[in-house]
Amino acid sequence: MRRLFVANRGEIAARIIRTAHEMGMETVLAISEVDRDSFAAQMSDLVTVIGPAQARQSYLNRQALVEAVAASAADAVHPGYGFLSEDAEFACQIIDLGVTWVGPSPEAIELMGNKAAARAAAQRAGVPIVAGSNGAVGPDEDIHAVAEAVGYPLLIKASAGGGGRGIRLVRSPEQLDEEAHLAAAEAGAAFGDSAIYLERFISNARHVEVQILGDGTDVVHLFDRDCSLQRRQQKVVEETPAPDIPDDLRRRMLDSAVELARSCRYQGAGTVEFLYDAERGDICFIEMNTRLQVEHPITEMVTGIDLVREQLLIAGGDKLRYRQADIITSGHAIEMRINAENPELEFMPSPGTLTHVQWPGGPGVRTDAGVVTGSAISPYYDSLIAKIIVWDSDRPHAISRAIRALSETHIEGVDTTTKYLQSVLHHPVVRAARHHTKFLESSAAELLQEAP
Amino acid sequence: MAQHEVITPLPGVFYRSPGPGKPPYVTEGQRVEAGQTVGLVEIMKQFSEIRTTVAGVLASFAVADNGDVSPGAVIAVVEDEQ
Repeated sequence: MRRLFVANRGEIAARIIRTAHEMGMETVLAISEVDRDSFAAQMSDLVTVIGPAQARQSYLNRQALVEAVAASAADAVHPGYGFLSEDAEFACQIIDLGVTWVGPSPEAIELMGNKAAARAAAQRAGVPIVAGSNGAVGPDEDIHAVAEAVGYPLLIKASAGGGGRGIRLVRSPEQLDEEAHLAAAEAGAAFGDSAIYLERFISNARHVEVQILGDGTDVVHLFDRDCSLQRRQQKVVEETPAPDIPDDLRRRMLDSAVELARSCRYQGAGTVEFLYDAERGDICFIEMNTRLQVEHPITEMVTGIDLVREQLLIAGGDKLRYRQADIITSGHAIEMRINAENPELEFMPSPGTLTHVQWPGGPGVRTDAGVVTGSAISPYYDSLIAKIIVWDSDRPHAISRAIRALSETHIEGVDTTTKYLQSVLHHPVVRAARHHTKFLESSAAELLQEAP
Repeated sequence: MAQHEVITPLPGVFYRSPGPGKPPYVTEGQRVEAGQTVGLVEIMKQFSEIRTTVAGVLASFAVADNGDVSPGAVIAVVEDEQ
């Protein structure tokens, strides 16, 4: 693998380019017309313009990307996360060009992308699942009848989903029609497919997930992450290891994630997501993401394994370089997502130009950013501008370090969530690991007060 | 008759229907009630409903479907019956 095509933008494009360069590869970055001056474009050896600003015409434009890959003489394509990373058809077309797809087979993407098939595969692998509609709710189906069968409160989710896009919480039948419309619109815009399905909502649950790596035969896990601190189904802060999970449950979760991945001959990096119901002492499978996750750096911090490097090696045909016993975690890592949003105006997106950017430093701090001073934050894409990741020997120290790192972070030109993240990490419920997936929303007013 | 402008507070992309292939929320010449949704604005993958604050007839759209909008841009004009 000598030339890698990166079909993404922002911080994850920069992240992938860094590892590619360390491995001696040259990179070709796909960019939209407004991303010509982006940080990732500056880092990449080569760039190729694939279309106008709107994602549907550029980063979600399969045909434009396939043509750009064909013209680039690249040996491999890394799709990052979001956009076309879980699009089996895109993966197929790349493979048909004779170019290596950095990710699992189109069959595995399709199996896990079809939520009904994924649930069935999870059941076969002995993984407990959450009650829900069996697959997408068809246009001719009575959504109210399906919803009654699933039971309220429920979640509406995008069938082609992932990344929390297109998910809506519905507490009563009166809200169902409007929320279903909005969920379908979000799903259509984010994934080009507006199909939705329903799933029972478990209150006070924690979102816990297992990182796995497979080579098509063997599968290992790289332990778990807790991503319960979310707003509108968007993760805000993630940590590893997931705090306060009984050993037997954690063991069962890790083992069943490996079993599920092995059952579909999984190749590459993937994440198996679970809900942990602390009250009932239960875990349930939600879905498997067949790509790199936004929050992958915390796993890298505690295991010392570069997940992008392993993805590229596996895609190039290598066998796993680790047996399960070789993978050891040490300490505690936390990731904080810095978004261009104004927490005081209900997290209204805040596009603009960054007039000043200063990242934190010092021991145990890593910044994965997609911007530098002068970068434009475009209204067309996700509001994530950087991830601050910290590591320390245990959870209380990691929280202190995280707050310290945020205090060193200065971004001017747009509103950001930096101060809000400090309030979150100061909160006694978070410090005591008593948080759940609705904690940030139920404590919204409190978290807007400035941290002490 | 008075004309009222429906404004978007957000920049982004304007959609007249709730999803691809779905019928539009409102068509020109149609009667609308105060608080009724006339379209969506997508910014950074978040969708916000744009609503009219007055009742009347939606006289015209000022922005094309899938068109780019700036903060404060006029989305549509509603004529009330006063």
